[in-house]
Formats: sequence, structure tokens, C-alpha cells
Amino acid sequence: MSETNTHFRNVNENPCNMCMPMGGILALKGIEKTMVIIHGSQGCSTYMRRHISEHFNEPVDVASSSLNEKGTVYGGEENLKKGLDNLRKVYHPDFIGILTTCLAETIGEDIERIAQEYVRERDLSQDLVVAVPTPGYGGTHTEGYFLTIRRIVAKLAKKTQKHSRINVIIPNISPADIRELKRILSLMDIGYILLPDVSDTLDAPYSRLYHKIPEGGTPLAHIRAMSGAVATVELGITVDDSLSAGKYLEEEYGVPLYRLPLPMGIENTDLFLRTLGEITGKGVPRGLELERGRLLDCMIDSHKYNFQGRCAVFGETELVYAISTTCLENGIFPAVIATGSRNERLGALLAKSLQEGGSNYVLLNDTDFAHIREQCKIMKVNLAIGSSEGRYLTEREGIPLVRVGFPVHDQVGGQRILSLGYQGTMAFLDRITNTLLDNKHQNYRSSLYRKYFVG
Amino acid sequence: MLDLAIEERKDFVYTKSKQRKALKCDTDSISGAVSQRACVYCGARVVLNPITDAVHLVHGPIGCASYTWDIRGSLSSGSELYRNSFSTDLKEQDVIFGGEKKLTKAIEELVQKYRPRLVFVYSTCVVGVIGDDLEAVCRAMAAKHNIEIIPVQSSGFVGNKSMGYRAACDSLLRLIEPRRGQKIVKRKNCLNLMGDFNLAGETWIIKEYLNRMGLALNVAFTGDAKYETLKTATQASLNIVQCAGSMMYLAKKFEEKYGTPFLRVSFVGIEDTVESLRRIAKAINDQSVYEKTEELIAVEMEKTIPVIQEYGKALQGKKAAVYVGGGFKAISLIKQFKELGIEVVMIGTQTGGPEDYAAINDLVEEGTVILDDANPAEIERFTLEKGAHLLVGGVKERPLAYKLGLAFIDHNHDRKHPLCGFDGAVNFAREVYSTVCSPVWKYV
Repeated sequence: MSETNTHFRNVNENPCNMCMPMGGILALKGIEKTMVIIHGSQGCSTYMRRHISEHFNEPVDVASSSLNEKGTVYGGEENLKKGLDNLRKVYHPDFIGILTTCLAETIGEDIERIAQEYVRERDLSQDLVVAVPTPGYGGTHTEGYFLTIRRIVAKLAKKTQKHSRINVIIPNISPADIRELKRILSLMDIGYILLPDVSDTLDAPYSRLYHKIPEGGTPLAHIRAMSGAVATVELGITVDDSLSAGKYLEEEYGVPLYRLPLPMGIENTDLFLRTLGEITGKGVPRGLELERGRLLDCMIDSHKYNFQGRCAVFGETELVYAISTTCLENGIFPAVIATGSRNERLGALLAKSLQEGGSNYVLLNDTDFAHIREQCKIMKVNLAIGSSEGRYLTEREGIPLVRVGFPVHDQVGGQRILSLGYQGTMAFLDRITNTLLDNKHQNYRSSLYRKYFVG
Repeated sequence: MLDLAIEERKDFVYTKSKQRKALKCDTDSISGAVSQRACVYCGARVVLNPITDAVHLVHGPIGCASYTWDIRGSLSSGSELYRNSFSTDLKEQDVIFGGEKKLTKAIEELVQKYRPRLVFVYSTCVVGVIGDDLEAVCRAMAAKHNIEIIPVQSSGFVGNKSMGYRAACDSLLRLIEPRRGQKIVKRKNCLNLMGDFNLAGETWIIKEYLNRMGLALNVAFTGDAKYETLKTATQASLNIVQCAGSMMYLAKKFEEKYGTPFLRVSFVGIEDTVESLRRIAKAINDQSVYEKTEELIAVEMEKTIPVIQEYGKALQGKKAAVYVGGGFKAISLIKQFKELGIEVVMIGTQTGGPEDYAAINDLVEEGTVILDDANPAEIERFTLEKGAHLLVGGVKERPLAYKLGLAFIDHNHDRKHPLCGFDGAVNFAREVYSTVCSPVWKYV
């Protein structure tokens, strides 16, 4: 039994998503020596910087073209060019992303043309600037993120010699998760180009010398070489083809594309390693096999406690998919599955396993937290899994929240939350099981007293 | 002359010397300069959001509502309605065909669900461009449901954050305007507090002081404010204004329209708190109030001073850099740091006016860098050049301070502990001590 609900509404009560340019910033922050400018009024960049800063606990510099009334009426072209001049003077970036806002899109700014004109006028490389249309009303931060990656690849990838590395394109995951992916690839001795990579740029080590643009990120030379890779592994099965950088590389350069779910949970991680093995002919090293065995041990240790879990999962579509399947394989039933995106694929991908789970569930597309809360009550959810915004469910309904995804802004360590690979799944599962156990320990004395003694 | 990479920023920054230079301020941010400021909508939202029983509806695409959902630490003694973020969530079709219908339906839905007496509708950038007639929609809906629905003209691009303060004040003026023919009766010894947002219960601290002085707090603008009490605002006999940046406009208009005098105050730091309490007593001019005020000050000082002095011992000779939202906070912080034996070596604000910077200039030592609408590169440069040991700021400045290996004080609106009054001064001293004297700095 299922209910897929694309909820049309006139008012959004407590958003479950952010806007397109937010995703664009997150993607661009994963490119080496890159600076971002948002074409719009000053508030957009400041609000998004603030939001990202709180999650990663890192300085997040994003410029704004600071459009005022005049720029809005007569066009913001001069303003944007001046902004590009100024940010180059202060930051000396090797690459610049221009993102639009609702405002710039509504007044019809042609940023592609402005960007091309700018590099011509200043006699700069065509490859210095990428322009991405990201109107705040055009989609969520998830779509903004993938579209920006696709645009970056389309801008930079050139026909190159074939090489032996594989492209790994990832959704918005934590720096700890990115490091785990890189560790797995290194353990398997696989050469890779990972895009985008915020594992250093948004989780920089403390060092005496401060870098205005933090070190790290995917090198531009690597992105240029993506066209010559053996294959692309895109961790983006819910992503529309038009937003897929992997699809672009396949269509333009014939790079074989494997679209996989995030390697979270035993099946998804097995699939990831199996696919890597198929592409490269390399086997799974002993170290990873041991980790798999430990994960199985962990799953067995927790299986009875987990069976009591009925969870709500919300957030970005890729993560929602991976969390839902991980929960299912551990006996936790995802009774409410929700995303702020309009996504056709998510429901279809999950339908079969959810039906096998044997219970009722709801899948909420393009939703908000008022609706998620309502469904949590109806579906008798006892666990919420997702970003900090879910603390509202704890506060109002007493449902404990396991934080994962973006943003985590009411606790420290959002950047250090590890959930991928066998090791990450183990950490994730422990967090969930212990939340269920805490809940049980807190309540069983009083509930049994009420039930059997008081009667 | 300070050499800055961006030529146009030079007029916004100077070092205090014998010859005072006028600082450029209260103007739009420079494109590409990475300003720490937000927009008009932000200014309006932060001022009005603490009104607890109102529906705050953002008319625009989702981002503006996402980034402002329950981010203020304003506390409520009653309704929690203000802690929701409502948005018309405009999509492409709405932008093309206009959002008035959606706005109408959104208001209908919210009115039916929450039965509010007051709805604020904030306009955002897109709404300003497509030209939805907020005024007309609000008027029609207000008449239909017999409640107050007030549009807030806060399109992000029409100015900077200060313009948003003004838009909020205009909305408040509409709200408190007495009905035609209604007589205004002033209540003796009854005050409105302006520019306090009840962060971590600060309005309640000030209210208690006033009560101990024999005075009544009528309405706070807007900390823990409710529709019903806001409606009585004109009954106050005096307005005291704390955050002048956001509320001076309201205070002046109030005086113009209703003849209510106002007084600038600050409850940040011992010196300003004591002075403010005395100035209030003087304005009321009643012997019993004088006496009670002095008693209050004596009792609180006896409790507070030894604690602060104890923390101060460890902090002598340290240097602070300050970058905060408004002028009043900056000015009071200089004095408060002096109480702890700390010198302010860099100071700036997002929205300070010429008067604020003149006051700042008079308070700081020669060599202090004063700057308006700063950016991360400037904050980095001057805190390091001036050898600051700690930075005061908000969420965006915190990780910068930490990455520079500096202590940090949150003076932001999402904090969970009060920084005003005598209790606040103790909290502040403890916070400065806890960050400056943390063992962590031994390792970096």
C-alpha cells in the first residue's frame, strides 16, 4: 500500500528545501581556487553564506553584485562586471561561478552573454567564468547543485586523450563522507576524478596561514580531463537527465555512465564496489571485506531494536533514497518519505522495496514540514532522520531526530557526520539504534507502569 | 591612508587620528566586495518577527523563507506562531502570471488554520519587480476576515538593511494608529521599550528593572510583543529607544504624531545600563522613582562588580576587534570592553549612521581602525594587523575568527544567553573569559 502525494498548496509552512543558487554555491565550493558571485540583491549571498557557515563551521565567502533599484530597472550588467573586477582583485581566483537569483532572472539578465563579453573585454581566458541560471523559483537547492555541476563540466571538459581514471560525480554529502569515498577508491587502487570535492574547502584544517580561498577542491585540469575517463560513476539515480553531468559526458564524449545510489547500507555499498570492480577489473581488498563483515555484525547486533523503528526520512532526494533503503534492510520502516524537490524518480525507485516492507507509507514530493508533521502523526512515526530543520518534529511531536544531510545548524560537526561505505553505515546505524534505545530506556518504566499497574 | 584592494572601499575605512575624517556609511554595498550585510527584507523581518502571535507570511520564492525560519533567539511568553516560516513559495508560473491569486489563497488558508488577529505580508525582490499589488490584496483580505493584514514593503533590492528597518517601522506605525475618533489617554509612569527583541529574555530583564523603579513597561518593540498589547502603544508617556538603528525612525514619528517624548538608552554593559536607568528616572522626574532607581543600582552593582572584576583580572591588556550589525551595540561594546581592561582596536558595523560613527570615534584610542560595511578580507587584515585577541560578531564572522586563531564572542540574534543589564554584563565577562582564556590557544 502506498500513497504518492504531490501536494499542491498555496502556502509553504516551514520549508523542507532551499533555493537553486544555494545548491550552486555548494557545488562551486568544491572546485579548486574558485570564487562565486551571485547576481542579485545583497541579501541572497549573505543569507546563504550564513546558512552554509553554520553547517560547516567554516568561513564561506560569496560575492554579490548587490543589485539596487537602479540596476534592477536599467539592467545589472555594469554592476556585475564591476563585481567580477572587485572579486578578482581581492581573491585572485582561477575560476569564477556566476549564479543568478530570482531577481536577476525576473528582470531577464543574460548572464551567459555578460560573462562572455566580460572575459573578452578584459582579455581573459574563456574558461575563467561559468554562468549558471539558478532562479530561486526554478527548483530547489538540489536541482541547483546538479545543474551547476553539469554546467561546469560542459564549460571545462574538452576532448582529451583517454586515460585510466574514472569520474566520480557526487551529490551534496558531508566532507567526512567524501573522505570515506576517497579512502575506498584508494584502498581499491583506483585512479579517480571526484567532482565536486568540498572535503578540504569546507572542512579545512587549522593552519597558521589563512587562505582567502581554502585549499583543495577538484582541480580544473581534472575536470578538463573528465572527457577522457574510462567511465563515469554518478551517485545520482534520482537526478533528471537534463541535470546530469554524467549524461552530458556520455552524450558528448561517449564516456560510459553508471548511475548508482549513494553507497550507504550493505546493498548499495556492495553495488558500488561491484561496479567499480566491473569497470576496472579490480577486486575488493581484504580490508574492505573485513569492514563489510563488521557491518554485518553490527546489523545483527541491532536488528531487534531497529525492528521497532518507524521513521520519517526527509531532505535531498539522493540521500533520502539511500537512507530509506538502508533503513529497510535493517528492519526500520520508512513510513514517511519526504523531499522539498519535485522528483518523479524517487517514488518509483522505492516503490517495490517499500511494498515488500509490508506496511503503509506516504511519499511526499515538493512538501513542507507542516505536511511532514501531519503525516508523522498519522503514520505513527517514532524516529526522524534528516537535517536540523527536523528539530521542529522533536519539539512539537516528541519525535527524536537523527541528524544527517544539510543543513545541520543547531549542533556542531555537520561536516563530520559520516554515513557512507561499510564504516559509515555502521556509524549511521549505531546513531539510529541508540536513539531508539534511548527512547525505550526513557519510557519503558512509566509506560509499563501505566499499562499494567494502573491499568 | 589605508591601502585597500577595492578602490571604492577606501572612503568606508579609516584609522582614528587627531584629524577626524568623515566616514562614508549608510549607502549601498559595493558589487563584488563580499559585504557581510543582508537586504531590505532581512531588516524588516528581524524587526517584526518577534511579534509572537502574528502570521509572518513571506510573499516570494522559497529561499527568503527558508533562510529566516526561526533563526532569532526571541522568546515568547505566549504564542509560538512567530516561530513558523510561511511562504507563498512562488514558482515560475506565478512569476509570469503574477502572484496575487496565490497570495490571496495563502492568506485564506492561514487565516482559517491559525485564526490570527494580525498578518504581516513581506514583499521580496521578485514581487517588487512583477508588481503584485500587496496593498490591495491585504486590504481585501483584511475586510473579508475582519483582521489586520499589513503589507511590509521589503523588496530586497530597494536599498540596504536600514531600509528594511524603516519598512518595518512604517508597518508598526500603521498597526498602532488609533481608530478614528479614539482619544489617546497617556498613562503615567508607563514606558514603551523600542529596539529590544527579547533575545534570550532581555526584554524581561529590562521590564523587571523598570518595575523595581516603580515604572511599567507597556509594549516592547518588538520583543515578546502581541497584537493586543501593541494596540495600546500610544498610551505610554515615554519611549525609550535601545537599538537606535532600527527604531529611531519609529520613535521620531511617534513623537511627531502622538507627542510622546523619547530617550536613547542602552542596557549593554554596566556603565550604559546604570546611566540609562538614571536617565530614565530623570526623565520621569519623581522622587520615589529616583530613590528606587538608586537602590536598584546599588543592589545590582554590589552583586555584579566583584564577579566582573574577577574575570577582568585575567583579561587586562587584551585587544578586541568588533564587527556588529548596528551602532548602539558597537558604542556600548567599547565601554564594556574598557570595564574589562580590554582595548578595542578595530570596530565596524553593517548599518551604523554618521552619528554612530562620530560617537565611536570619540570613544576609541588613536590608531583604532573604524570601518563601515566591512567584508571578510578587511576583517581578516585589520584584526591581524592590529593584533586583536578576540573578535565580536555573528554567525559568518565566527568561523573566520577561529580560522585566524582568535577568540570569538557571539553578539548575534540567535544567541541563547542574555547580554543586557547586570546579568548580561556578567554573562559577557564570563564569555570573554571563556574564549580568551581557553586552553585551546596553547595549541595553535
